[in-house]
Order: sequence, then structure tokens, then C-alpha cells
Amino acid sequence: MTRSVEILVPGPLTTLQDRGRIGHLAVGVGRAGAADLGSYLLGGRLLGNADGAAALEVTFGGLRLRASGDLLICLTGASTPAEVNGRPVPRAALFEVRDGQELSLGMPLAGLRTYVSVRGGFTGPEVLGSVSFDTMSGLGAEPVKAGQVVPVGTRTVGFPVVDVAGVAEPPTGLVDLEVRPGPRLDWFAHPERLAQTPWQVSSRSDRKGIRLEGEPLERVPELVEAELQSEGMVRGAIQVPPNGQPVIFLSDHPVTGGYPVIGVLRPAAVDRAAQLQPGQAVRLRWDN
Amino acid sequence: MSEGVTVRFLPMGESAWLVETDDIDAVLALDAVLSPLASAGEGVWADVDDLVPAAKTLLVMARPTTNLADLAAEIRAAAGRAGRTAITGTATTIEIPVSYDGPDLQDVAEQAGLTPEEVVAAHTGTPWRVGFGGFAPGFAYLVGGDPRLVVARRAEPRTRVPVGAVALAGEFSGIYPRESPGGWQLIGSTDVVLWDADRTPPALLVPGTTVQFTQVRS
Repeated sequence: MTRSVEILVPGPLTTLQDRGRIGHLAVGVGRAGAADLGSYLLGGRLLGNADGAAALEVTFGGLRLRASGDLLICLTGASTPAEVNGRPVPRAALFEVRDGQELSLGMPLAGLRTYVSVRGGFTGPEVLGSVSFDTMSGLGAEPVKAGQVVPVGTRTVGFPVVDVAGVAEPPTGLVDLEVRPGPRLDWFAHPERLAQTPWQVSSRSDRKGIRLEGEPLERVPELVEAELQSEGMVRGAIQVPPNGQPVIFLSDHPVTGGYPVIGVLRPAAVDRAAQLQPGQAVRLRWDN
Repeated sequence: MSEGVTVRFLPMGESAWLVETDDIDAVLALDAVLSPLASAGEGVWADVDDLVPAAKTLLVMARPTTNLADLAAEIRAAAGRAGRTAITGTATTIEIPVSYDGPDLQDVAEQAGLTPEEVVAAHTGTPWRVGFGGFAPGFAYLVGGDPRLVVARRAEPRTRVPVGAVALAGEFSGIYPRESPGGWQLIGSTDVVLWDADRTPPALLVPGTTVQFTQVRS
């Protein structure tokens, strides 16, 4: 019997994500992939899944699904209350959802994105070797809808050896993010202010980028009117448009961009950034 | 270019270099020597999985475990060998039939000090080549066109540019692969399919391809 889940309630945004599409940036295809890569990878590792097995990335909770066949599931990322047929289930730990049982996720208490991983991985239509939905280009599997049946695959490499992982919950208060100097640091009059300014996460943040609000960063006078030619971008790059408000690029960032990049977040900091809720306070720390 | 390409290394995180050069020709010359190395994947190149050529820079993206100092040394050595053979684009020339019926044709003509017919003649008179991609899957920044066609972007971007619109901005020409917002000057339209996920490769215009626009009269 083919195992699957039926989506009863999709929540605000639930998409299939894996590591993303690698090797196609030169033709305008971004990588997409899990926004909090570390949490996605942890879920797959605990379940003994193969590299590339997809998980559901649930933004702001609210997902309800019904199992078809017995499934081994793991929730990672945001700290989100979850139940199987009314019985609470833990975070970063393996649990069974038996045939016909329902898994439901509440609203995250801390963090933003919950990864629902299943042993074997979810499957969907692949584009260039990945199911990941790219909110920028529209490539990949569309966000899941109520009534949709998502098949479970057989992409495993071994058996689970750890039942529970000791991982901290995402912080609810001020978050520190380590940043290294970027390629256009010299475009800014006072780059040290990136680390001195208290920033707040804007509600206009998404999988493309996290918009920060605070005292605007100014360019050096001779470059105020300057146009930078578009250049390649990376996940974690902090672009500063002319309004001086930084944008941290996440998985669905544009392949190229024309605003100067003042710094680039360290990889673990990008994962933490992907769990920031709108309104949360952020401090950027230079880490050379 | 017989002395290689001058490169400046700008930091772009822990697994990439943003390599800055003097101009688009230098970027394409550098891309031409780095692409085969990245494809062959020997030594440090095994870690490199994406090259992103742009107007003045080439982004070299590697895996998190890569040694960036070793990679920089390899890039610098390759840059020294770049440009010793003329860049002629790929052997393939792709012909793009265009109806020059775009809403901005008249504006472009006025900016360029030409008649609309002269704009069409200039656009079709010189073969372009794909400099780099970006913006959307299948979109290609075309370079090497008639220098009289350098025009500013529209002051206000359109919220909806139709699929297949043929456009100009700066020294570039491009074709919108799907309906999207856009600020380029629209001079025509084509039926050519630029992106097809079921085709290998999905993008019709890959870096290095030569593009010849031709006029179709409806």
C-alpha cells in the first residue's frame, strides 16, 4: 500500500522543501530549499532519510493532516504545539502516526517555520532535481491545499538511531545574528552602525528576505546617487536599498541584485534568521 | 585581451567569492575559463557548484566545506590564462523572430535619435550574445548590440509585462520568459519559448549563445 498524508487544513503557507536546486543560477533559477536548512536537515537525519528527501515547511503553524498508512514523523524548527488525535507530541523527536490518525499543529510559541519530516520523505513533482517551491520564480511543487494527498517516498539510507535530539528552542526575544563584512561594505558611511542599531523584523518578510526596520544606513556621500550593476547574490546576504533599511536574503532571494551588500550572515545565523517572527528585535554582530 | 583578466576578490560569505573584473567582456572571458574547470570538478573545483556571471562580476559559489584561500588562488591562476582566445560565443546561433510592435518603440526611437525603422534595423543588424542570466528562469541579459540602442529604463516599471516581450535597458536587450512586472522598454514581441522545464537544458538562451533577431511582418 502506498503511504501518504491527506492535507485537511494547510495553514497560512505550507510548502514542500528539500535542499533546493543547485547549479542553475546562471540561467536565473534560484536555489530555493528549506528556509531554516539546519532544522530541515536535522529532521531528515533523525529519521534516517537520504539527502534530498523532502519535508513540509509549515509557516506559522495551522497544518492538519491525516495519515494513510503507518508513518514515522519528526517535527523540527519552530516550537509548535502539536497533537496526534488529541495527544501531544514532542519536538525534535520521533513519533508514530498510525493509519487514519490526524496530526495537527497549533501556532508557534517560538520561531516561525516548523518542518514536518516523514521517514522516506514526501514526494512531489520535481523541477531540476528538487520539489522545493520557489516563491520568487513559481518553480517546483505548488503550496499544499486542503484535500491534497502528498505521497510518502522511500528515500532512506539507514535506520533511526536517536529518538530525541537536544536542540534549543528558537528565542522569542532579542536575537543576535553574526555577520561578516560583505563585498560593498565601502559603500556605507558608517558600516559600524549595522551592529549598533537595534533592528526590528518587518511584517513584510517572507521566504525571499527578512526586511529590517531601524535607523537608516547611509551611503558615503559620493555614492548616494550611484548605481551598482547587478551582481550575484547568496543566501544570508544583507542588501541595503536606497531607503537604508537592510534586507536579509533567505532561500528564495533573487539570483542577482543591484543594491550593495554590506555584510553576509554566517550560515547558522541564516537558519536563526529564518525563524524570526514579525516584530522581533534583532542585533547584528560583526564577526570577522 | 592577451594579458589575462584582472580580478579583485570581494568577500561574499563563507562559501563564495564575488570576483570583480573591469567589464562584461572580462566577465565572459573569465567565465569561459572557469566553467570547464567547475564542470570537470578536479581538486578544489569539486566544491564549486554554481557560477553567476553578471555585468562586472562573477560569483563563484562553493560548498560550505571549501577552502576559500585555495579557491581564490585557483581562480587567480585561471584568470591569468583567460581571454587568450577570442570569445566568439557558442557555435549555435539562435534566431528570434520578432514583431516590432512594442508600446515603447517610439520612445526608444526618440531617446536614441533614430526613427522606429532605424531602431528595428539596429536591433536586427548586429548579432547579440547571452552575457548572463538572472531576474527569472530563462531570462538572458543580451550584450554586444548596436551601441546606439543604449536607453534608460522606464521611469515607472509596468506591473504587467506580457510573456515574449522583447525589451531594451541600458546596453542590454532581453526577452521576458513569462508574464511579470518589469521596467524595460518594450519594442516588440516573440513566440519563442524561452523556458521549458521538460527541455534539456530548460533555458533556450544559456550564457555564450549567439542571438540573431529577425523582423517578422504581420
